Amino acid sequence: MQDARKSAAKRLEAMGLPQRRDEYWKYTRPDLLTAEKPAAAAIFKHGEGPMFAAIDRLKIVFVDGVYDADLSDDLTLQGVKIWQLCDAPDWAQESYGKLEETGQSPVPRPLATLNTAHATEGVVIHATGESCKPISLIYQRKSETSDVMMHHIIKLDEGVSLTVLENGAAAARLNTVVEIDVADRAAFHHIRTMGRDHGRVAATHMFARLGAESTFKSFTMTMNGKLTRNEVVMELTGDNATAHVAGVAMGDGEFVHDDTVFITHDAVNCESRQVYKKVLRNGATGVFQGKILVQPDAQKTDGYQMSQSLLLDDNSQYYGKPELEIYADDVLCSHGSTTGAIDDEAMFYLRSRGVEVNEAQDLLILAFLAAAVDEIESEEIADHIRDRLASWLTRRRK
Amino acid sequence: MADGNEMIAKEGVEEDTVEAVKGLAGDYKYGWETDIEMEYAPKGLNTDIVRLISEKHNEPEWMTNWRLEAFARWEKLEEPDWSMLKYEKPDFQDSYYYARPKSMQVKPKSLDEVDPKLLETYTKLGIPLKEQMVLAGVEGADAAPADAKESRVAVDAVFDSVSLGTTFKEELSKVGVIFCSIGEAIRDHPELVKKYLGTVVSPSDNFYATLNTAVFSAGSFVYIPPGVRCPMELSTYFRMNAENTGQFERTLIIADKGSYVSYLEGCTAPQRDEFQMHAAIVEIILEEDAEVKYSTVQNWYPGDENGKGGIYNFVTKRADCRGARSKMMWTQVETGSALTWKYPSCILRGDDSQGEFYSIAITNNYQQADTGTKMIHLGKNTKSRIVSKGISAGKSQNTYRGLVSMHPRATNSRNYTQCDSLLIGDKSGAHTVPYIEVKNNSSRVEHEATTSKVDDEQMFYCQQRGMDEEAAVALIVNGFAKEVLQALPMEFAMEAQALVAISLEGSVG
Repeated sequence: MQDARKSAAKRLEAMGLPQRRDEYWKYTRPDLLTAEKPAAAAIFKHGEGPMFAAIDRLKIVFVDGVYDADLSDDLTLQGVKIWQLCDAPDWAQESYGKLEETGQSPVPRPLATLNTAHATEGVVIHATGESCKPISLIYQRKSETSDVMMHHIIKLDEGVSLTVLENGAAAARLNTVVEIDVADRAAFHHIRTMGRDHGRVAATHMFARLGAESTFKSFTMTMNGKLTRNEVVMELTGDNATAHVAGVAMGDGEFVHDDTVFITHDAVNCESRQVYKKVLRNGATGVFQGKILVQPDAQKTDGYQMSQSLLLDDNSQYYGKPELEIYADDVLCSHGSTTGAIDDEAMFYLRSRGVEVNEAQDLLILAFLAAAVDEIESEEIADHIRDRLASWLTRRRK
Repeated sequence: MADGNEMIAKEGVEEDTVEAVKGLAGDYKYGWETDIEMEYAPKGLNTDIVRLISEKHNEPEWMTNWRLEAFARWEKLEEPDWSMLKYEKPDFQDSYYYARPKSMQVKPKSLDEVDPKLLETYTKLGIPLKEQMVLAGVEGADAAPADAKESRVAVDAVFDSVSLGTTFKEELSKVGVIFCSIGEAIRDHPELVKKYLGTVVSPSDNFYATLNTAVFSAGSFVYIPPGVRCPMELSTYFRMNAENTGQFERTLIIADKGSYVSYLEGCTAPQRDEFQMHAAIVEIILEEDAEVKYSTVQNWYPGDENGKGGIYNFVTKRADCRGARSKMMWTQVETGSALTWKYPSCILRGDDSQGEFYSIAITNNYQQADTGTKMIHLGKNTKSRIVSKGISAGKSQNTYRGLVSMHPRATNSRNYTQCDSLLIGDKSGAHTVPYIEVKNNSSRVEHEATTSKVDDEQMFYCQQRGMDEEAAVALIVNGFAKEVLQALPMEFAMEAQALVAISLEGSVG
């Protein structure tokens, strides 16, 4: 693993940190992520119960980016082997940084390489059989100025399924890399809620490889935060694989949320879906950079990309760059992107039926977000997410 | 693949389609050259050449200085590489920047005095340079002389670096319309040129525009006075003939308050093994309530089936809708060129102004196209519509690149974008690179893009209503290109339809 870190440091030196003029950072300023030290971010007390509390799960807790054995459950679970990154078994040491490195082409992602070079905390999860419950990674914060890097390695053996939950702010500045290798016919589910501290900044990266007939489903909810850059880099390498990535972002005021997704189809008859919805107000900014790359032999590809934003006032902004790059002819790829205010007619409909204005607005916003939330397989978790979204809106009524 | 010309068609794609696509790029009809004595500026590019070009056009000093400033700027610029085009960067010193037929040394007083060899070139291309002639290829034109008036087109014929002449000048001047070459305009209407030239595409706009500003020759100038509806279509026909020579024309169209003009542009070049550079600028200014339609059928030599030769087409086209309620419409049918780098754009500055962009881009063999538009919404209640259809065959790459930008002041504005790509054969590529920037919430921006063969849902809809599969496909496919074809003026629709004559029947998998 030391070798991988060294080679990452070398790679980083060659590519340099992200710059404002980089096309890949066209709409989001990387300054806060590359500054020498993170700005202090107050710890936000939202007064709501912890995420996923009602769900039976195995808890792994990091406090300010450091594994906390006392707060965590015992790391034994049927069908799954779990290690701390520092105790990584040989295979994980071997694969450390591998998917991250492959994901550097065609666009360099220096912050991920920075992570590979320096991260010491994280977990290694190896799903070998059917696990009885989800694994929940909880990122707690105590320090107002913590600068945290975590690097997780997740491997699913053939035919098994695994659910990973992530929540919490983790740090004033967070940089995570998760490398996920999904073997043939395996199914990976991922639900994440980003920390709600208003001043925090985060750059997260998921690098995934999908085998034949495998499934990958990831959903992210972001509320608050000064700057969030969530990157997904995925390669569908086996035939008939399915990859869905979705997200909702709720921004009020000083808020920049950037979803940067790059999906490569390198096998036949695969399906990929990107569904991203953003609700922005009081000067919040939403960014979506999505790309579907269909390699020459990836016939029968079904690629779909949807990015929508609701701008609740004139100060909020949305930037989108939904790209398709297609080298195979028997494909069905599409993308859609819409931006605008809440539909007056829908509003009128509800108001004319006696629904109070705030309530009507919330209803329409939740309806707008539904398509993304529906991507969550577990109804229990989806309901939990819907409740959080509704209460966020209620709290922000004028 | 042993035979580069062989195109692998997908099962279900009809032979006709394959033939039609092949015909578009494979067998270039305009590849012959006119054997004529030419006069060149020395090879290469430096301040002397820039001065020489200015001198050849008898330009006033302000124009020479303008060129020299642009050239100084250009020398500091680097050729951009952000597009999806992959090519060896040309050596700008290994080309001629000015070429004119010897017989044009003394400017002929009228077209009658022009060297018949040159006129023959245009006859062969089907471009009428005699006023009594109607545009060749317009069906029924000969049979119905009564309607002939309707299909008259004034032509500015450009041959390498010179304008041969402009037809219908007198008749147009009766209503106040100025239609001449840009060189004549610089001499005869300096006040208009000074007021407008370079105000839409500034000399520092981009690498190719700056180059053009330094070395441009020929191109057309159009001024439509307030309230005038131009009585006929105006057109420019660009012909590149000389070897190793770049063509750098510059067109300036000014539509004053409440005026209307429809402008057509056509272009061809001989078949050669060497790449040739074409870097043009088109600037259009629309004042209040003005309306301009600009239609292009771009058919530069695309190179042979092995990707040898062809035109490198780097064009900057932009319209500035300065006045309220002005309306700009770009329509392009892009079938030629080895490389196409072209983004006809609209700056929607005036309140309630409108911009439209309709495009069909067809690439075959080793052609590469990176084309699209920019719609910059600055004024209130502005509207834009983008319809782009890309068809890629052979080993070609076809990219739509576009920007829709809603500025904070552009409240209640609207954009609708649709980009559809169709792939024929599995060696080609179709790409979409749209940029969307929205900075106010009363505007609506919608973007849709698809890459496929024929939409299943549309098929289902038609079949559910009792149409058989063939009829359904015919209907949908008609729709694929028709949206754009219909936007073309009648004079061009024929040519374009012949070019696009693609039956996609049976292409549903």
